[in-house]
Amino acid sequence: MNQSTKTSKVLTHVFIIVFGLLMLYPVVWMVASSFKPETLIFSSPSIFSKEWTLDNYMNGWNVVRNVTFGQFFQNSFLISMIAVLANLITCSMAAYAFARLKFPLKKLWFACMLMTIMLPAHATLIPQYTIFHNLGWVNTILPLTVPKLLATDAFFIFLMVQFFRGIPRELDESAIMDGCGIYQIYTRIIMPLAVPVLITTAIFTFIWTWDDFFSQILYLNTVDTFTVPLGLRLFLDSQGESSWGSVFAMSVLSLIPITTVFFIFQRYIVEGIATTGIKG
Amino acid sequence: MKSTEALETPMIKKKSKEKRKQYIAAYVFLLPWLIGFLGLILGPMISSLYLSFTRFDLLNTPEWIGLANFQAMFQDERWIASAKVTLTFVFIAVPTQLIAALLVAVLLNKKMAGIGFYRTTYYLPSLLGGSVAIAILWKNLFEIDGLVNQVLSYFNIQGQGWISHPDYALGTIIILATWQFGASMVIFLAGLKQIPKELYEAAAVDGGTKRQVFFRVTLPLLSPVIFFNLVIELIKSIQVFTSAFIISEGTGGPINSTLFYTLYLYQKGFTQFEMGYASAMAWVLVFVLGVMTLIIFFSSKYWVHYEDGGKL
Repeated sequence: MNQSTKTSKVLTHVFIIVFGLLMLYPVVWMVASSFKPETLIFSSPSIFSKEWTLDNYMNGWNVVRNVTFGQFFQNSFLISMIAVLANLITCSMAAYAFARLKFPLKKLWFACMLMTIMLPAHATLIPQYTIFHNLGWVNTILPLTVPKLLATDAFFIFLMVQFFRGIPRELDESAIMDGCGIYQIYTRIIMPLAVPVLITTAIFTFIWTWDDFFSQILYLNTVDTFTVPLGLRLFLDSQGESSWGSVFAMSVLSLIPITTVFFIFQRYIVEGIATTGIKG
Repeated sequence: MKSTEALETPMIKKKSKEKRKQYIAAYVFLLPWLIGFLGLILGPMISSLYLSFTRFDLLNTPEWIGLANFQAMFQDERWIASAKVTLTFVFIAVPTQLIAALLVAVLLNKKMAGIGFYRTTYYLPSLLGGSVAIAILWKNLFEIDGLVNQVLSYFNIQGQGWISHPDYALGTIIILATWQFGASMVIFLAGLKQIPKELYEAAAVDGGTKRQVFFRVTLPLLSPVIFFNLVIELIKSIQVFTSAFIISEGTGGPINSTLFYTLYLYQKGFTQFEMGYASAMAWVLVFVLGVMTLIIFFSSKYWVHYEDGGKL
């Protein structure tokens, strides 16, 4: 290797590292600031401090009277967990029918399913809201979870159809020889072999549901039903700029579940994006 | 003859019975989706199309007013502002983000140490960027005494309250969107890996410069991936809500400069309860998005290069 390609290689590394650090600096700064006394946060743009404290976390946790951030976390986790389970079961069921079974009107339904992937949620928003309002479901978790139980996240159905089609049909046939029916093929052959796509679905359902501010702000209006994103928004309404420390502290906490999921399942996420074009 | 007939009939019967069993099973598996599609998507779609020709406030029965909602839109200053803000955002943020993603992907598409770590670093903003937490951070960064101005003051540049200035507020949201180029980058990286090495070797033999190789080999072969990313990013950016809502505290201000289309739709539908108007807005959104997607699809035959000639 000659000198000039070596230098250019080093320069590339330096550029990538410096640019990457620059991009992540605001997030790192927020994490550091959440541990600084309120008065020191804006004294310098540095992430270092001569004093560290947990006060921001204490104050932020109890920012609303009668309700703690613990409640918000509980609500967020409940909704996200139900959404994940629901998507795994109902989307895979629909995908199994589309990928493996013959039935009347199959082409029509499949086309309908593909169409809904690109349809903006706003096209169905007002009537959906009216339905849930008339059912008395506003301020409950039902408007956020029931749609997932009805497999409305068509994107995941499509993803699973693609994956199921890749599972060799010979496996189905030999299972039939062994006396398996249509239902057992789903539970014993397809699902166990589809673990990678199921994990991808679970991860992105979790992240998107956790961050689904729009649906949450529509359907959850009382403080005890608030999710973490809605809890964070309370800071902007009530306290303004006087308590950035506790805002940052709770913001950092709100990012921990997503970040944890990311680092545990990193391999699946990066592969999932690269092979399917799913986005974070 | 008789005996074979006798054999065949039960066989056919058995087969059609099998078939029926499969049909029933298929609809059992499809049932949750079918109920969801008919009850929560198709039904509401038709219903919202109807509502867009009515005046409706959730509590009283919708009142038919013909095209009045659509006519009102074009005279509604805030609607015009929201359309302008959203289109400006789409036309700046989507290309900026894709170019950043492409450039970094090309840089990273080499055999080098630490590639996994770099990829993760650049992907992280995409993972976190959709959250309220990051929108709050962004709001703070660009405040008058925020981190950005503190850093600028080191270079003797006098910053200002970027969020509260109507000329710059949208810019901060564009920067936030560009910051999240990592997901597109990962897709570009996967696409770059698919380009056969022989093509680069051939280009090198022919004495192509780096620039020529990029424009004549890399770009054309990557065009299907560019196409894909373009469609996805378009759909995503035209529906931006969270960042605009948090940064402007739900107002879309200052002076409507961050009044994104979906934010205005939310205000109309759920704070002013003009749900007929909001439905009409939603259908205009669906229509515009549809037209833009079609344009991209039809233009693709001029700039998207498929190895197999593009046959499906």
